[in-house]
Amino acid sequence: MPEVVNVVFAGLGGQGVIKASDILADAVFRAGLDVKKAEIHGMSQRGGSVTSDVRFGPEVFSPMVPAGEADFLVVLAPSQVENNLHVLRKGGVLFPPDLVPETSLPNRRSLNVALLGALSHHLAIAEEHWRAAIAAALPERLHELNFKSFEVGRAAARARAAA
Amino acid sequence: MQTATAMKASERGLWSGDEAVARAALDAGVALGTGYPGTPSTEILEAFGALGGKAQWAPNEKVALEVGLGAAFAGARVLVTMKHVGVNVAADPLFTAAYTGVDGALVLVSADDPGMASSQNEQDNRRYAVAAGIPMLEPSSSQEAYDFALAAFELSARFRIPVILRMTTRVCHSKSVVRRRPSALPPAPAPHFVRDVRRRVMVPAFARPAHHRLRQKLAEIQEWAESAPLNVQVSGDPKLGIITSGISYQHVREAAPGASVLKLGTVFPLPLGLVRSFAAGVDRCVVVEEGDPVFADAIRSAGIPVESKAEMFRFGELSVERVRRILARDESPEPPPAKAKPPELCEACPYHPVYGALKRMDCIVAGDIGCYTLGVMEPYQAMDTCVAMGASIGVGLGLRHVLPEAEARRVVSVIGDSTFIHSGVNGLMEMVYNPPPTGHVLLVLDNGTTAMTGQQEHPGTGRKLDHSATGLVSIEGLARAAGVEHVYVVDPVKDPAGFAKLLGERLAANDLTVIVARRPCVLAAADIRHHEKVNAEKAAQAASSACSACGGDDA
Repeated sequence: MPEVVNVVFAGLGGQGVIKASDILADAVFRAGLDVKKAEIHGMSQRGGSVTSDVRFGPEVFSPMVPAGEADFLVVLAPSQVENNLHVLRKGGVLFPPDLVPETSLPNRRSLNVALLGALSHHLAIAEEHWRAAIAAALPERLHELNFKSFEVGRAAARARAAA
Repeated sequence: MQTATAMKASERGLWSGDEAVARAALDAGVALGTGYPGTPSTEILEAFGALGGKAQWAPNEKVALEVGLGAAFAGARVLVTMKHVGVNVAADPLFTAAYTGVDGALVLVSADDPGMASSQNEQDNRRYAVAAGIPMLEPSSSQEAYDFALAAFELSARFRIPVILRMTTRVCHSKSVVRRRPSALPPAPAPHFVRDVRRRVMVPAFARPAHHRLRQKLAEIQEWAESAPLNVQVSGDPKLGIITSGISYQHVREAAPGASVLKLGTVFPLPLGLVRSFAAGVDRCVVVEEGDPVFADAIRSAGIPVESKAEMFRFGELSVERVRRILARDESPEPPPAKAKPPELCEACPYHPVYGALKRMDCIVAGDIGCYTLGVMEPYQAMDTCVAMGASIGVGLGLRHVLPEAEARRVVSVIGDSTFIHSGVNGLMEMVYNPPPTGHVLLVLDNGTTAMTGQQEHPGTGRKLDHSATGLVSIEGLARAAGVEHVYVVDPVKDPAGFAKLLGERLAANDLTVIVARRPCVLAAADIRHHEKVNAEKAAQAASSACSACGGDDA
């Protein structure tokens, strides 16, 4: 399935890992693609490691990204980078939490959306779908803040690509 | 997010399997959804309620199934949800409900958890279908969760038998694209009681013919399954044929894109004629199934030669990688799972002072199932047993009965509020009826919610599934009514020293003690306050409108 794009999100319970994967899945759904999203929740919510997989393309079968086949790995917690690197394929792209410095964000809770912004630099998904997905996932009072974080993240990825 | 709730009006949504089942239940005209929370099934009833269905939590799975059965006897269509181990609790009525059958329709969702993401075992509930003689369907995606749930209601209504929809964690919690379809079911007739004692009163004289009727029904259902559209063949290379079901099908399609595949949607009864002709048409026929070799055993015992996975793949979930290994007959050691940070008690959890005291006193802790099970982790390591819902009390009593006195005195049973209501009350009665010589101390950690599964209400909160006010079952009241003389209600956060002192004193006494350590879950506290406020306002409003309506002296 060469056309399927595999994204893995990783972090700790409470960081918004699942929220980030929900937003991505919704954005690609709005773009009309087939998409599957898998995560484990339940006991892992209590501050433990959390990962969530999003796969999209013309047709997706398994909802889980096989090890070594992720095109993109988005990590929200510094402690969760090393132990998740094995999911990336050769040439896959890592989005570590320090790609977007906390000080550049309007709110540190919006790191998940900022890293989605960084990811968006590498994906052909129209801006409108991202915005609609963010708006649908978050209460209205957080929309502007998260749109801004998304832009900060996107600029960071652009800068990294140019460097 | 395109949740089932948000997608009320439109036809295509990105739903979890749980949300898809809820939507299907509503489309099938389900009058009542009931169950007990348990990962990964919990979201089904929550979504059903959010969509406008009548959804309610029962104290436990057995009661949920019984309530569902009563409603189905009256002609209603009913959805009953639980996790795999919940079916153990509901098994007693389940086996006999297969004999009685139903008048409306009853679909029981068994949400299995292979790999134990959030469970105490990875039992394979396909065995229940065989053991109880209840038809079982298994979806492999959210679309199928929707389609098969509808089909399950249709099957249940047609053959007047309960049907199990077996899901697994990956189907329940994965989101994928769903399109709705019109249900083939006519609108449900209004519930009405028709007396039929031979069919519903399972005394031996009536149960014997009922068993024959069940086997006759199952034979007819097997006949139906042979050509049911729920079993699908993917034509491919005749050199390799794969028989599979559920989420394993998705892994198979990716791991072996060229293979011929028979995907079983009717897990029980199995369409063995279809299996036989499929197996005969391929050179190599491999059964790829998660968990126990249920299909492989059944197919082989029907005299159909198939290859089964190696024993090492009985454990844990399957994945694309593992299916590749099964097909390659690769039994070399698998890479160890990635290092992950284990879950822990929340930083501000009210149980910290409790576990601190249990550790300091070197208690032998008969534990139970919930967030508080995390007391077994560092830094406390203050839990010695955890087996089943409600088991803490019986296990604690058993320890006290046989341990030497000095050790027996250290035994404490620790249980959460929702778990106590679920099945701890039975242990409470045992405690009063067969007290150990050293007495016993039961600690109920009442954080005002079913926290681990995502903060659901239960009879001890006094609020229904939708958080509206209802009757409240008092935990301390139950303890007193059962005959426990020493019942205390304390706040372990407000007065940790007082709590520890009380615990020490009660351990030294030869009495029966129940200590309710009451303090809301930190994650739920704000929501609980909100629900309380809303309910108080509603009550005040109702009271004032009642006054003006009566048109009394003041009017």
